[in-house]
Amino acid sequence: MSGLSTTNYLTPSGREEAWRFTPLARLAGLLNADVALEQVASFALSAPQPGVTLESKESEPYSQTTDSATIRARSAVTHAQYLTIAANAEVNDPIVITRTGLSGSAPQATRLQIHVGANAHAKLLIENTGEAIVAEEIEFKLEQGASLHFISIQEWAPKAVQLARHHAIIGKDATFTSTVVTIGGSLVRILPTVEYSGQGSFADLSGVYFATDGQHLEHRIHVDHNIPNAKSRVNYKGALAGDKARTVWIGDVYIRAEAEGTDTYELNRNLLLSDGARADSVPNLEIETGEIVGAGHASTTGRFDDEQLFYLESRGIPAEIARRLVIRGFFSEIVSLIKIEEVEERIMVRIDSELDKVGK
Amino acid sequence: MSTLEIKNLQVSVATEEGFKEILKGVDLTLKSGETHAIMGPNGSGKSTLAYSIAGHPKYTITGGSVTLDGADVLEMTVDERARAGLFLAMQYPVEVPGVSVTNFLRTAATAIRGEAPKVRTWVGEVKEAMSALSMDPAFAERSVNEGFSGGEKKRHEILQLELLKPKFAILDETDSGLDVDALKIVSEGVNRVKGNSDLGIMLITHYTRILRYIKPDFVHVFAAGRIVEEGGPELADKLEENGYAEYVTN
Ligand SMILES: Nc1ncnc2c1ncn2[C@@H]1O[C@H](COP(=O)(O)OP(=O)(O)OP(=O)(O)O)[C@@H](O)[C@H]1O
Ligand SMILES: [Mg+2]
Repeated sequence: MSGLSTTNYLTPSGREEAWRFTPLARLAGLLNADVALEQVASFALSAPQPGVTLESKESEPYSQTTDSATIRARSAVTHAQYLTIAANAEVNDPIVITRTGLSGSAPQATRLQIHVGANAHAKLLIENTGEAIVAEEIEFKLEQGASLHFISIQEWAPKAVQLARHHAIIGKDATFTSTVVTIGGSLVRILPTVEYSGQGSFADLSGVYFATDGQHLEHRIHVDHNIPNAKSRVNYKGALAGDKARTVWIGDVYIRAEAEGTDTYELNRNLLLSDGARADSVPNLEIETGEIVGAGHASTTGRFDDEQLFYLESRGIPAEIARRLVIRGFFSEIVSLIKIEEVEERIMVRIDSELDKVGK
Repeated sequence: MSTLEIKNLQVSVATEEGFKEILKGVDLTLKSGETHAIMGPNGSGKSTLAYSIAGHPKYTITGGSVTLDGADVLEMTVDERARAGLFLAMQYPVEVPGVSVTNFLRTAATAIRGEAPKVRTWVGEVKEAMSALSMDPAFAERSVNEGFSGGEKKRHEILQLELLKPKFAILDETDSGLDVDALKIVSEGVNRVKGNSDLGIMLITHYTRILRYIKPDFVHVFAAGRIVEEGGPELADKLEENGYAEYVTN
């Protein structure tokens, strides 16, 4: 990378591996070196909760990155928002974060850092709605024995553009669970990435995406097994319907030489509901040690299973309802992991209404 | 009293080498309350007959007719056939991930009955039918057939038979993969439905064992895509003794 000047590096040409799938012309200035990003504190706690605080402060990033959008966001944001979940806190109700100050008219940048204290247990829901043109980074640091279930829902309005990095550093015996749901927006590119800082740690990453007419929804997972005896599971499912619906799923899992005892499995399934849609799915496992518990991946992209439809229809269920049942079933495997009933229901209703739009 | 009438039915499947004729003129008439056993060698076309009546898209009807009380079954969509009163218990029931048995049964019952079953009575109805088939209530929350054992899938088919109350049921090797006790439980289920509703049955099987529980009125020998002999229950015993050699020409 030494051959590239800084400017070039921050403004991808589209030839870079990391950007080759992304329609750069639709980034609305987010990666244009001539356009300054406006800093915004865009995360708002919807209700106060004991053991949970949110403040703005100058704070160094937890991690390193080569992602151009994140580097741009970091240079624009002087004051990150900082969410603390106190050590030993048992936060029973989900911490709900909504978005504020996103204009959708000019490119903005925002950063959130989340510190989960030792042995704290919490569930965090971030609901993304409305218009936005935003480059953002959310970093997580989980201390020893902590567990966090992070749920990120992209229900953006139709023109929204989001470039996001979700990076977790998982401590000893800690568990980071994430469920990413991406339905709205014009262009959404999310990097759920993970590294470990202590053994016995677990990253459980799941997600669903549903792209319709003209949407570009991209998820690039990166799991860095940088220490021994950590575990990861990745399970993403996507559906595509309508003309020029486009999804990209990249699953990079890197098992370093020192990462003995690693246990990892990643899975991506895509359901093509109509012609003219395109799903790219690229699992990529790089293994530098043979001393592991297990490592595997699977990826499928296909059309409807006619046998499933026939089975349902042969019980009197009309074709259109049968189709719905199968699609709902496809998504519900992941959506049901959220375990917040009204949120699950809302997502399924949204999926239904997307299906109504594409018809057939 | 209903009649399912199959006349000179000819069916092909698309293969890599073009169309292959599988059913070569099947004639069979079923009336309510009757049980017809169909026995025949592997590959003779029994499942093809069952699927063709149910409307599986893989099969192309090239000739003949199927009518239910005079109505043209072959003109109906798959779901219309089920709503008209036909039921197929499949040899290999399909897994439908993410769709719970409860949701599936309720959606099917709503479609067949034309209105959603009353919540209060429905829950009891399902529980009772499951317990009669010795199915663990936990199955209700599992995905349709997903991870079910072979025998569990077959019980689930008969559970649907009990709840959907068709006029005619085609049981395609429902007895295969059942242990001795399960065979009895499943057979009792079929007989219960028959006792309550005058069900007509087409029972496809390789074994006379199930015929000791579900007594056939007629036995048909199926070979090379057509019915080659018909008789009473004694024909099944003869087949068990002698096999199909005399019906298979080449
Ligand atoms: N796609 C296909 N290509 C070629 N042959 C096919 C295809 N589909 C079905 N067949 C053939 O059709 C014939 C009838 O199959 P069918 O499943 O109806 O037999 P069956 O009598 O039910 O057998 P079994 O007792 O083993 O269940 C078989 O020889 C089968 O190989
Ligand atoms: Mg068969």
